[in-house]
Amino acid sequence: MSTHTITTQKVNFKVFRFNADDDYLPYYDDYNMEVTSEEVVLDILDRIKWDHDGSFSYRRSCRHGICGACAIKVNGRSTLACKESMTDMIELFGNELTIEPLSIKRSIKDMIVDKGDFWEKHDAIHPYLISDVEEHPEHEHIVTPEEAEELLEADICIQCGACHYACPVVEVNDEFFGPAAFAKAYRFEADVRDDAHVSRLNELHEENQGLWDCVKCFECAEVCPKDVNPIDKITKLHQMLFAEGVATSNVATRHAVGFKHSIARNGVLDEGGLVLYSEGPGIVKHIPVALKMFTKGKIVPPWGIVKSDNLDEIKKLVKSSSTAKF
Amino acid sequence: MKKLKYALFTGCTAKQSTPEQYMSTMAVADKLGIELVELTEASCCGASHLQDYDDFLSLVLNARNIAYAEKHGLTMVTICNTCQLNTAMTKHRLDNDTALKARVNEKLEEVGLEYKGTSDITHFLYAIIDDIGLDKITKMVVTPLSQFNIAPFYGCHNIRPSELQNETHKTAESAYRPTSLDDLIIACGGSNVDYDEKTKCCGFHAELQAPKTASALTGKVIAGAMDGNADWMVTPCPLCHLKLDTQTGHASAAIGREVSLPVLHMQQMLGLALGCPQESLGLKHHLTKVNFV
Repeated sequence: MSTHTITTQKVNFKVFRFNADDDYLPYYDDYNMEVTSEEVVLDILDRIKWDHDGSFSYRRSCRHGICGACAIKVNGRSTLACKESMTDMIELFGNELTIEPLSIKRSIKDMIVDKGDFWEKHDAIHPYLISDVEEHPEHEHIVTPEEAEELLEADICIQCGACHYACPVVEVNDEFFGPAAFAKAYRFEADVRDDAHVSRLNELHEENQGLWDCVKCFECAEVCPKDVNPIDKITKLHQMLFAEGVATSNVATRHAVGFKHSIARNGVLDEGGLVLYSEGPGIVKHIPVALKMFTKGKIVPPWGIVKSDNLDEIKKLVKSSSTAKF
Repeated sequence: MKKLKYALFTGCTAKQSTPEQYMSTMAVADKLGIELVELTEASCCGASHLQDYDDFLSLVLNARNIAYAEKHGLTMVTICNTCQLNTAMTKHRLDNDTALKARVNEKLEEVGLEYKGTSDITHFLYAIIDDIGLDKITKMVVTPLSQFNIAPFYGCHNIRPSELQNETHKTAESAYRPTSLDDLIIACGGSNVDYDEKTKCCGFHAELQAPKTASALTGKVIAGAMDGNADWMVTPCPLCHLKLDTQTGHASAAIGREVSLPVLHMQQMLGLALGCPQESLGLKHHLTKVNFV
């Protein structure tokens, strides 16, 4: 019979407190607690409320990583409290842990945040099947396992908001849909039963709120407690924009396509040429910085670019392996 | 000890907008006794943007680059975080999907190449830590950077996705508390600045598409380092470098605060500590003046 030893260690918790009804500014309470190796972060929230301060507020429900209610931040990292082991948190961050809501600026009371922006964006991408379904169908609509796999498990998102409030773009741009909404959009875009493909895609790529504002930081993939990998879905949606002919000519699409042209011509990138191709007349706004860069030897003119050796191979591969059109 | 030898994938930036990074890579490699075989046949990695347009083409091109490293029988070393991501991601996908690998190899066969999966791919930062070791670096330091508070800036694509980082490198580090660059600063005799933004995004990849967002992110990063009392910053990524070094005007405007710090490539920091001649490190190519040497 194997034995399992439960260990304990002391942890200092710095806990964010704020009551929007009474407090002008948030503050932090300190709790020094013995934590056992068996506990999850949610146990700590419970113990703060039950043993220390009954007014401490947070959301919780299923305790099984499925309702998405208890997402908070530990030392700045989004985490689902019921799923995250304290042992892992201590191993990662040490014995001084800061407990905060997903978004400090959206806190209503302690860990409870107003997720209104999250749900607005979720609703905006039409998160449901859009299809002409017969009222009295004679047989079920079969989706094959292969077709279901195309969803890439985007359907297991529990809408906890961990990725949304970890996204640096959401942080600085209120309009941006955010990774969760995009993952949800992909879930329906990839569904063979959905008829809204092009019309939904059309609403996903507007400047400032849409797909092209993603900074490719992978924070969303890193925090997701269900491994939905939202940035992977964002990339897939980018590819769909081109595949479905939805992509319009703008700085973002020309930038993506410009890489292919540059590679076909030089193997390596022509950095200046790419910016010119992407921006078109908009290039003028880059001139002041470009001039400074030029004086510092940071701009190579097109004729000075050292092309890749065996360029004929690259040209041949670009011709034979291209799968997208614009 | 056997001389370390790698296949160097310079990426495009080191040959164009960050010439100082290429120079300092060579100077440091020379000092450390590392032989670098430059992959002059390599193409651009697609920089995560070609991938948005044509995924298969980007796989074929990256597999071709790796195939050249394999022909040399060498580990591929990258000096750009985004090159590292796209190359290592290509390897990960091809090594775990035989059908995809076969499709890619069908194309490579047209030009007489084959992707086998025999070469490892590592960023120069990790090659130094994993294969030379920080102890040896510490011993080799001739000009300790002891008077400086240095803010490490990791760059997204070296630390995220962490599964890929952990699979690829011996130094498997956390995306939230990475240590490699902090450790290198300490090995060079400097004081490492701990600040929240050191693992955050500089905004580079949306600079043209979403300039306001990109500038705000840049501003927050530099402000974080300044508030951490940093004298200067250091990064392993030339794209982060470009953003932090050349875009301070837009960054300051975006966050409503004047922000600016000298930003060194990790190779330049190491070169200073190891006593490489200053002219070999290209410090004059920076827009934000390196005012401390």
